[in-house]
Amino acid sequence: MQVAVAIALLGIVAWSAATARAGEERTATAGGAGRTGVFNPETFTLDNGMRVVVVSNHRVPVVTHMVWYMVGAADEPPGKSGIAHFLEHLMFKGTKTRPAGEFSRMVARNGGRENAFTSSDYTGYYQTVAKDRLELVMEMEADRMSNLVFNEDEVEPERQVIFEERRARTDNDPAAILREHVNATLYLNHPYGRPVIGWEHEVRALSSEDLAAFYRRWYAPNNAILTVAGDITAAELRPLAEKYYGAIPPRPMPARARPQEPPQRAARNVVMKDARVRQPTWSRTYLAPSHGTGETRHTYPLEVLVEILGQGATSRLYRSLVVERKLAVSAGAFYDADGLGPSTFVVYASPVPGVDLETLAVAVDGEIAALLRDGVGEDEVARAKRRMRASTVYARDSLSTGVRVLGAALATGRTVEEVESWPARIDAVTAGQIAAGARAVFDESRSVTALLLPEKAPRRK
Amino acid sequence: MSTAVTAASALAAALRPWCVVLGLALAMAALAQPAAAVEVERVRSTGGIEAWLVRDHANPIITVRLAFRGGAALDPAGKEGLAEMVSSLLDEGAGDLDSQAFQGRLEDQSISLRFDAGRDVFGGRLRTLTENRDAAFGLLRLALGAPRFDEAPVERIRTQILTSLKRALEDPDAIARRALARALFPDHPYGRPVRGTLESVGAVSVGDLRRFVAERLGRDNLVIGVVGDISADELAPLLDRTLGALPAKASSWKVADTRPRASGKTVVINKAVPQSAIVFGHGGPKRDDPDFYAAYVMNYVLGGGGFTSRLYNEVREKRGLAYSVYSYLNPLDHAALIVGGAGTANERVADTLAVVRAIWRRMAEEGPSAQELADAKTYLTGSFPLRFTSSRSVAGILVAMQLESLGIDYLDRRNGIIEAVTLADVGRVARRFLDPDGLTVVVVGEPDGLAATE
Repeated sequence: MQVAVAIALLGIVAWSAATARAGEERTATAGGAGRTGVFNPETFTLDNGMRVVVVSNHRVPVVTHMVWYMVGAADEPPGKSGIAHFLEHLMFKGTKTRPAGEFSRMVARNGGRENAFTSSDYTGYYQTVAKDRLELVMEMEADRMSNLVFNEDEVEPERQVIFEERRARTDNDPAAILREHVNATLYLNHPYGRPVIGWEHEVRALSSEDLAAFYRRWYAPNNAILTVAGDITAAELRPLAEKYYGAIPPRPMPARARPQEPPQRAARNVVMKDARVRQPTWSRTYLAPSHGTGETRHTYPLEVLVEILGQGATSRLYRSLVVERKLAVSAGAFYDADGLGPSTFVVYASPVPGVDLETLAVAVDGEIAALLRDGVGEDEVARAKRRMRASTVYARDSLSTGVRVLGAALATGRTVEEVESWPARIDAVTAGQIAAGARAVFDESRSVTALLLPEKAPRRK
Repeated sequence: MSTAVTAASALAAALRPWCVVLGLALAMAALAQPAAAVEVERVRSTGGIEAWLVRDHANPIITVRLAFRGGAALDPAGKEGLAEMVSSLLDEGAGDLDSQAFQGRLEDQSISLRFDAGRDVFGGRLRTLTENRDAAFGLLRLALGAPRFDEAPVERIRTQILTSLKRALEDPDAIARRALARALFPDHPYGRPVRGTLESVGAVSVGDLRRFVAERLGRDNLVIGVVGDISADELAPLLDRTLGALPAKASSWKVADTRPRASGKTVVINKAVPQSAIVFGHGGPKRDDPDFYAAYVMNYVLGGGGFTSRLYNEVREKRGLAYSVYSYLNPLDHAALIVGGAGTANERVADTLAVVRAIWRRMAEEGPSAQELADAKTYLTGSFPLRFTSSRSVAGILVAMQLESLGIDYLDRRNGIIEAVTLADVGRVARRFLDPDGLTVVVVGEPDGLAATE
């Protein structure tokens, strides 16, 4: 088994909120595993424009209820980073008819679990409850869609909480600080360059009025998606959805007009030296198309490519750098095709003692050069597809995976049909398309190379 | 109230010793009421191997969880991390298959096979599609019965573990957890790191690895939980084929019962980070303590409950002192703890600890209110079915029930036990266990105005 070392460093470990109060919910995993599948959802749209997706699963009398808003950190006004996430926190405060904390008290008192998440593209809220408590959480979720109250006495302590969250996630961790710098460097103009949690000085300056304005601007039923998974059908859900969400009038929505990337022409390097670092790591982040933007014909081939190149113990990078040449303790790649804006394709490696990062970089580049020269083998493609197909079966096992995938897809401009046809689209990918995808992505002038080093760098060659 | 996508430093949670996870699984099971659609079958093979099974044919997936009693607490002194190292090597070549061949079989058939070491158990997890069932159980048989421990993978995994230990030295939470274990159990294996140290992992030999497998993986130590697309009749012969060749008995072993040392000591470990990691703990109820359930309910009110616990309300909600603040029961086999933690800016550590101690004291002196008790019970009983929403979670519960000898009808009884807890019970256990002055505290960071006691 690979010991997950660099993986964690690069921040793609799934979070288990076992004992932490509020865990991170990863809504988009790297690579293919668990990403998507055939969930056989039912869908309908309310008169006010709110879309609804239902994935039935009758294993236990439980439902997961989620409301997604099609707004995220990349939709924030310039200079006000962190506002989407701050608002997510404030959604747990009071409404016109409920005091702060009442929402969570009611969920808990009724045996429910809940949380929320913010990404660059969307913001989501969810509760998992016994089926007979669904109506209660729908009533409360609908209430906070339009009746949130912004009270200074509650905003200020929450700002401190967010600073602690930022310290825990980012400032305490050199690898996370580097990640922030890589994003800020990769995106010359697109707001994906800003951290979801926000820059500290900008979060400090956000006013209650900023937050309230953002809420009024984006939180409306016609900019929201309801997804419900579990022991329920669309026919059962529809009257409840109409009663609670259908009663909220739609509002004119601003376009999600985001600054776009200019042509990128210069390779960039970012170096972080920090006394806390004990294990160096090398990575290169290439700008890549997503399902939502760019050369979308490459996205499915790239999903297969990343599986072949850098996912698992028999992938090219791991086999070559870790097993055969013994240069690295870890090596791999990840690619996230989801997203409304331009995505990234990342390759990384972390050295065994005595090997410097230059040697690693040369080795990774060698693998990429071989890929560009010779393409991928039919057998590799077949094996990767088989694994990806199986991942869709496993994705059906948990209650909420289906609605998470579907909700994220709809919130980023994709369709249910696209999600449902994912296995077929992956199956149709050819070795030639993969080679074309590789040629499109592996262009150093559209990349950031990042070095994480101890303060006192190891002697270079 | 969490952030997604760009940030993650979840290694800490991922590496939490399995015993804690198991403790939670137990707690989960403890909340069970009669589970609609969850029926536990006892499966016994011809060869006498027992597994508990929850059939579920909704998807063509089979999930298996194994646990051998006896975990990292049995690692020889100076070889800490042995169990962990074995857990990382069983799938790195077995039988005729070298490391890449074995991994290739797993990946090509989308079989997930993992092992893990906790303080009290050595665990395994297998997940497969029904169509690859026999191959999957075959690979499990090889991994447990004929691991190769070839030099190249042993050294590769050793280097990976050493790297991950070095990384843990960067992580204030990981440093704090290790230091707390050391402070609570200075003279007991529970005080030693499950994953070992740079020195001890370097000292583990292939002979040690082989001895571990030969001596520890006995059928008498083993419990099994299976969930998914398989019947009892199909499972029984597979159990014999997969596990029948393991030694009938593991070598005898013993870990001494102990009590955590909780004398109010504060340890400060200096580390240049903006946010201090704080952990604290003292003794708690063992799993078989008659007060366990009352303590479980008490802890929910104290620091276990979602966005509603006293720690959450006072530390985070009212004062904004931390993003994460919590407490939990950690019943080990030979000692038991109540543990908590928080992360806060260096200049606010002293304030945070003062609030934590005040909450601890108030609960010890006054217990919860009638409303808090009622809310705790409706949460703990009402959230029961949520534990049965994935195969992995159910398999974990099946194993935990067996490890703790809770009985196969446990799921039907548990909500009744929670319901029967009274205000007087909770007040009594709060007085019995909570000792704000006895908390052993570890702070990793540069806390202002906080004196270490030694």
